[in-house]
Amino acid sequence: MTIKAAEGAAPLATRQRRRRMPPELSIFLVLVGIALIYEVLGWMFIGQSFLVNSQRLTIMILQVSVIGIIAVGVTQVIITGGIDLSSGSVVGMTAMIATSFAQSSTWGRAVFPSLTDLPAFVPIIVGLLIGGGAGLLNGALIAYTKIPPFIATLGMFVSARGVAKWYTKGQPVSGVTEQFHFIGTKAWPVVVFLVVALIFHIALRYTRYGKFTYAIGANPQAARVSGINIEAHLVKVYVIAGLLAGLAGIVTAARAETAQASMGVGYELDAIAATVIGGTSLTGGVGRITGTVIGTIILGVMTSGFTFLRVDAYYQEIVKGAIIIAAVIIDVYRQKKRTKH
Amino acid sequence: MAVSPTTMAAVRASGAVPNAEYLLSAEGVRKEFPGVVALDDVQFRLKRGSVHALMGENGAGKSTLMKILAGIYTPDKGEVRLKGVEVQLKSPLDALESGIAMIHQELNLMPFMTVAENIWIRREPKNRFGFVDHGVMYRMTDELFTRLNIEIDPDIEVRYLSVANRQMVEIAKAVSYNSDVLIMDEPTSALTEREVEHLFRIIRDLRAQGIGIVYITHKMNELFEIADEFSVFRDGRYIGTHASTDVTRDDIIRMMVGREITQMFPKEEVPIGEVVLSVKDLCLKGVFDNVSFEVRAGEILGVAGLVGSGRSNVAETLFGVTPASSGSIELNGKAVTISSPTVAIRNQMAFLTEDRKDTGCLLVLDILENMQIAVLQDRYVKGGFVQQGAIEATCEDMARKLRVKTPNLYERIQNLSGGNQQKVLIGRWLLTNPRILILDEPTRGIDVGAKAEIHRLVTEMARNGVAVVMISSEMPEVLGMSDRIMVMHEGRVTGFLNRDEATQIKVMELAAQ
Repeated sequence: MTIKAAEGAAPLATRQRRRRMPPELSIFLVLVGIALIYEVLGWMFIGQSFLVNSQRLTIMILQVSVIGIIAVGVTQVIITGGIDLSSGSVVGMTAMIATSFAQSSTWGRAVFPSLTDLPAFVPIIVGLLIGGGAGLLNGALIAYTKIPPFIATLGMFVSARGVAKWYTKGQPVSGVTEQFHFIGTKAWPVVVFLVVALIFHIALRYTRYGKFTYAIGANPQAARVSGINIEAHLVKVYVIAGLLAGLAGIVTAARAETAQASMGVGYELDAIAATVIGGTSLTGGVGRITGTVIGTIILGVMTSGFTFLRVDAYYQEIVKGAIIIAAVIIDVYRQKKRTKH
Repeated sequence: MAVSPTTMAAVRASGAVPNAEYLLSAEGVRKEFPGVVALDDVQFRLKRGSVHALMGENGAGKSTLMKILAGIYTPDKGEVRLKGVEVQLKSPLDALESGIAMIHQELNLMPFMTVAENIWIRREPKNRFGFVDHGVMYRMTDELFTRLNIEIDPDIEVRYLSVANRQMVEIAKAVSYNSDVLIMDEPTSALTEREVEHLFRIIRDLRAQGIGIVYITHKMNELFEIADEFSVFRDGRYIGTHASTDVTRDDIIRMMVGREITQMFPKEEVPIGEVVLSVKDLCLKGVFDNVSFEVRAGEILGVAGLVGSGRSNVAETLFGVTPASSGSIELNGKAVTISSPTVAIRNQMAFLTEDRKDTGCLLVLDILENMQIAVLQDRYVKGGFVQQGAIEATCEDMARKLRVKTPNLYERIQNLSGGNQQKVLIGRWLLTNPRILILDEPTRGIDVGAKAEIHRLVTEMARNGVAVVMISSEMPEVLGMSDRIMVMHEGRVTGFLNRDEATQIKVMELAAQ
C-alpha cells in the first residue's frame, strides 16, 4: 500500500550512520583510568610498569575468560529483563559430568572405566547438552509458569550444585586426556571468550533474534502485541545462557585438568557484575556485549592490579564491591541523561 | 527577594496571608532542556477561586510549566509568585508545603496500603506510645471525605479501587494539605461520564472555597463546562489568556495551532468492497458475549461505548491477545482461529493498542527499533539477519510520510511527544501492509494537529482498501470518521448506526441504555 508523502513534510536530517558517542565509551574510559592508576602506583611503589608486560596482560585476561564466557549469556538474559543466578552451579555440574567423559585409560579411577580415551568432542558435546538442558529448564519454567527469573534460577543454582556433588559423591574427577586438556592451555580460553563474544555481539546487533531480545526487555506486552512469541524467545535466551555456562564449565575443567564439585562457586555474581559494569541495565532493554567484554576486563584488571601491588586479597573483594556499585551509579546517571523530559 | 518555602509555610501557619491580586503567578519563565527550549518568556496568572485551564498541543510547554509550578523543575529564568510573594520551589515537597498540590496523570498511590494510610502518609497521627493511631486516622479521613462528598471506605486497600476512586483519593489527599492551588493533569482521561460529573462537582465546591485550580485537558467540551479562564501555549511560548465565556471552540483551536483547521475529519467516500472480517457470536467469558459484526474493505467501523463496555476487550480478542472462549472469526470467508498476536499478524491484521506506554512503545529503544519490530516477523530478514539498510530506508520513508518530528531515527521514543509516539506506532503497523486495521483510541491524549494527521492517515488506509475497526471515546471522532458505528454496553452490542443516521444522541442512547 502506498501513503502519499504529505506536502511540506519536514525532511528528516540526512542519514546519520554514526549514532552519537558509543555508550561503551564512558566505561572504556573507566577501564583506561583504572589501568593508569595501577601504572602510576606501579612506578611509585614497585618500580615497574603494570601495562608493559605482555605476560601479565595475558594472564589477566585468561583469569577472567571463563567469567566472560558466562557474562555473554548473562548479558542476553538481563537484556530481556531477567536474571540468571544458576550459571556458577551449572559450571560445576557441567565440569563434573563432561570431565567424566574425558578421562584417560591410564587413570586408575575413571568414573566410567569402559568409556575412557574418547575424542575430546564427546565431553564437549556432553557438557554443552548438560548446560543447554539446565538453561532449557530455567527458560521453560520462567516462560510457561511465569515464576520470576530470580526464583527459577535460584532453584537451579541450588540443584545444579547438588548434582555436581552427587555425581561422584564429592570426589574430584581427574586424569583427563591430553586432547581435552588442550582446550585449557595457552591462551585458548581467551580465544573461546572472544569468539563467543563476537558471535553474540553480531547476533544481538544484526539479527532478528537480537532485535526481539531487546524488544522483550523494553516492554514485554508491546513485544507480544507486535507478534513476538515471548515464551519461545525467552526459552532460547536461557538455553543460550545455559550453553555458555556449560562451555565455561568445560574450559574450567580443561584448564585445571580436573573437575571438582565446587568449581564455579560465585561465578554467577562475577558475571552479573561484569555485565552491569558494562552498562547493561537490570530493568531490561539496554545493554551490549562490547560493554560486557570491557566490564569483564575491568574485573580482570582490578584483580591483577591488586596482586601486582601486593595488596591483601581481602581488600580486593571490598574494593570490587565498591566498583560494582559505582558502575551502576554511573549507569543510572547516564540513563537519566538520555531521557530528556 | 525570594522567600524560602519554610518561611512561606510559617507565614501560612500564622494566618497572616498576604492579599495579592493573583493566587499564583509566573512571569518571564524560561526553561531549557539539552537541545530544546521548552518554555520561553511564559506568563501565567491564576485567580483565587477559579479554574484555569492550560491549553496547547503536546510539546507546547504546558506540562513543563505545570511541573515548574509543582516544584518538579526549577525555571532557568523568571519568577513564580504565590499570593504576591516570590517563592523558589526546589522540590514537590516544597510546593506541597507552600500550598501547591499536584494530581498526576499517572496516579501516585501505594496499592498495598489503605486509603487512609495513603492520604496521611508522612503525617500519621500518633498515639502516646508513638505508634500510628489508626482510629484517629480513620476518623480524619472520614471527615475529609464527608466534606468532599466522597464515598470510599478509608480502610480499603487502594489496589481494590477503580481508577475514578483513586483519583478521588488523590484529590482528597491534596485537599488535606490545605492547599491553595491544585494542579490537575488530564484528570478525566480514564473516567466514565458519571464519574466526570462527580469530579466536576468536587472541583466546583473547591472553587467556591477559594481554591485555585490549574487544569490541563485535551477535551474542548470540558473546558467550556468547568474552566473560568484558559491560557494557550504554542511551541513553548505564551499565546494568551481569555475567559472561557468569550470564545468559541474554533477560536481556541486557532490559537493552539496557529492555523485554521478547515477539515477536522477528512472523511472521504471510498468504494466499499467485499466483507473482509466477519465475527459471529464472539464471547470472552465474563467480559463480553455474542459479539457479531462484519467489516468490508474500505469501510471504517466505529466502535462506541462507555469505558468498561468491553470495546477494548473485543479488540484484544480479535487480535489474539486474549483468545476467545467461543464464537467464530472469518477472514475473507475462511474461518480462522486467532490464538496469538503472531497468528493475527500472519493473517494481515494490525492492532494499535489503547495504552501507548503499557502495550505500545518500547520506551528505552529508538524510533527505528520501535517501527521495525512487527514487520521483522516475516520481512526484511534473511537467514536470521536483519537487512539493516533496507529496513532503515523504509522506516525513514515512513517517518517522513507520517511527519514524525525528529532529527533522526536514533532518538529514543520516550523523548517524543505523545502524538509523535503514536505516529511511530502507526508506522509500525503500516509497514506490515495490513488488510484489517484495529485502532483503539488512536488519538487519545495527543494534540489537535497530530490528531488531524492521524485522521488523514486512517482515511487514506480506507481508500487503499483496508478494513478499519476504530474504537473511540470521542464522539466527534466516531461520528466524523465512521461509515458505520457499532455501539456496546456492558459487554454486549446494543446496536449499529449508519453514517447518515448517526447522531450523538442516538449513540448515547445505545451506549447508556
